[in-house]
Amino acid sequence: MSEKVLMKGNEAIAEAAIRAGCRHYFGYPITPQTELAAYMAKQMPKIDGVFLQAESEISAINMVYGVASAGKRVMTSSSSPGVSLKQEGISYIAGSDLPALIVNVERGGPGLGGIQPSQADYFQATKGGGHGDYHLIVLTPASVQEMADLTALAFDLADKYRMPAMLLADGTIGQMMEPVELPAESGCTVEKPWAVTGTKMAREHNIVNSLYLVPEELEKTNFERFERYKAIEENEVRYEEFMMDDAEVCVVAFGIAARVSKNAVVAARKEGIKAGLIRPITVWPFPKKAVAKAAAQVKGFVSVELSMGQMIEDVKLACDCRVPVSLCNRAGGMIPSPDEVLAAIKNMQGGNA
Amino acid sequence: MVVFEKPKSLTDAELHYCPGCTHGIIHRLVAEAIDATGVEGRAVGVAPVGCAVMAYNYFACDMVEAAHGRAPAVATGLKRAMPENIIFTYQGDGDLASIGMCETVHAAARNENITVIFVNNAIYGMTGGQMAPTSLPGQVTQTSPYGRDVKVAGYPVRVSEMLAALDGPEFIARVAVNNVKNVRNAKKIIQKAFENQIEGKGFSLVEVVSSCPTNWGMTPAKALEWVEEKMIPYYPLGVYKDKSAEEAAK
Repeated sequence: MSEKVLMKGNEAIAEAAIRAGCRHYFGYPITPQTELAAYMAKQMPKIDGVFLQAESEISAINMVYGVASAGKRVMTSSSSPGVSLKQEGISYIAGSDLPALIVNVERGGPGLGGIQPSQADYFQATKGGGHGDYHLIVLTPASVQEMADLTALAFDLADKYRMPAMLLADGTIGQMMEPVELPAESGCTVEKPWAVTGTKMAREHNIVNSLYLVPEELEKTNFERFERYKAIEENEVRYEEFMMDDAEVCVVAFGIAARVSKNAVVAARKEGIKAGLIRPITVWPFPKKAVAKAAAQVKGFVSVELSMGQMIEDVKLACDCRVPVSLCNRAGGMIPSPDEVLAAIKNMQGGNA
Repeated sequence: MVVFEKPKSLTDAELHYCPGCTHGIIHRLVAEAIDATGVEGRAVGVAPVGCAVMAYNYFACDMVEAAHGRAPAVATGLKRAMPENIIFTYQGDGDLASIGMCETVHAAARNENITVIFVNNAIYGMTGGQMAPTSLPGQVTQTSPYGRDVKVAGYPVRVSEMLAALDGPEFIARVAVNNVKNVRNAKKIIQKAFENQIEGKGFSLVEVVSSCPTNWGMTPAKALEWVEEKMIPYYPLGVYKDKSAEEAAK
C-alpha cells in the first residue's frame, strides 16, 4: 500500500500494531499517549480484538504477560510514570522469555514530573528498568512514519528473539501529525511450541516461569539469555548516518532530538563547519560500532538529549573516551533549539568541549 | 471394585508442603474438579507467589507462574486470549488479599470468566510466618509477636463477604478442609466454580479456610481444631453469592 494518510504519531502506532496482527491491547489512561488507547478502544471491537482498560498499569502489564504466555501478539502503552509501574511485569516477561510490545511515550520526570516530551527514561529502557539482568529491544522513532514502521518491526523482533521490545517515543512524536504510509498486514511467522494453550492431552505440560531456586540453573538461564542478546547486538543494530562522510564533529541524537539536530548540522555546514549526525534507531542494542568508527575521524561528539544526559554514557563507552564528548540538553519537557545544538557543535569544533 | 487413584490432573512430582499442611488436600480437590469436568486438555493454571509458588510442578495442565498478587490479571490475559480454555488461579491470603487485592477486586467486578481458588490460612507461610491480611485479632505471628493489635495493624479482611457486595462476580463461596464433611463440601463447591466457567457464567471464587501447623506452632491435629474454634467463627462458611441461582429464584 502506497497511499499516505495524515495521522498522529500515537494513532500510527495503534494502526501499525493492528496491521501487525496484534489483537490484544491493555492500557491505563495517561497523558501523552492518550490517542493510542482511544484508537484501540474504537478499532479492536470491530475486528474481534480485545481492548481492555485495566485497573492499573501493573494489571495491564500482567494481562500482557497472560496473553504473551498464550503465544499471541500483545501490547500495552503508557508514559513515563506508568512505565515505572510496569517494570515488575516487564522483568517477569523478560525472565520468562516472552515476546510483547511496550510503548513508552515519554514525558518529563522524575516523580509525577510533567506532561511535556522527554527522553529521561533512557536509562530505564536500555539498562534493564526492573530487577535482574535483562534487556529489552528498544526502538526510537523520530517521525510518525517510524512510529508505524518500528511498531511492526518491534513485534517481529520480539517474536524472533522471544523477548519484550519497547518503542521509546516521546510526547512530541506522539502528538504530532504527519503523512504516513501504513505498513502492510502481517503477523507472527514464528512457531511458539512453548505457549500455554492447553496440553490437549497430547504433550507434557508447558510452564511459563521465571523462578529457578537452584542457583546453578538460574545462572544458566542468565547466560543463555545473554547469548541471545549477543546475537541481537550483532544483527539488529539500526541507525542513520547523516553527513558523516567527512564530519569533524559528530552529533548523536535520537527521536525528536535527532530532528532538531539535523537542522543544526545543516546550519553548521552552511557556516563551513563539517558536522554530521549519528541517529541511533535502536538504543539497545546501541550502535557502538558506528560511534567507534566515527571516533577515529572526528574531533568530538555532541550528545543531544531531552534529559540530564543519559545516552552520553553509551557514547563515551562506545568511543572509549578517545575524543571529547559534550552534552547539549534540555530537560523537564523542554526541547533544545537548533541554535542551541549549533552552539554546542561550534564549541566542539573550536575545541571548547 | 473401587480403586483409590491419584487424579489425572496431578503430576507425579513430590509435594514440598510441610507435614499436616492442607495445601495437599486443596490441590487434590482442584485436580479432581478438572478431571470431573473433563477439561484437563484445555486447562491453564496460574500459580501465585507464596507457599503454592511451585504449584506449576504439581498440576498436570499448562501453567504460568505469576508475580506476587498478579494472578487474576495474568488469568485475565490468558482468558481474553483463549476464551475456550479453562483458566484458574491458585492463591494464598497474602497474594490475593494484600498485594493482589486490586487485581482480585477488579477481576471480580468485570465478572472475568475465570476460577479463583483462594487459600486462607491467616499467615504468610513461605516467608516464615508473618502477619497476613487475614490474621485474626490477637494472632501471634513473626511480625505481630505480641498478637495482632487491631489499633496498630487494623482488622482482618473478609474477602468473600467483601467481593459478594459487588454486582460483578457470579459465584463467591467459603469452604474449609478441616474435617471430612467440610472436605466433601469443598470438593462440590470447587467443582461448581469450574463448571460455572465452562458454562460461561463468570468469575467464581472459592475461599478455602486452611491451616498452617508449622507457622501457627501447632501439631496438625491441633491446627485443625484451631480452624474450627477460631477461624471459622471469624470466617463463616457458606455461599455468599450465586448470581445464576439468585436470578433463577426470582
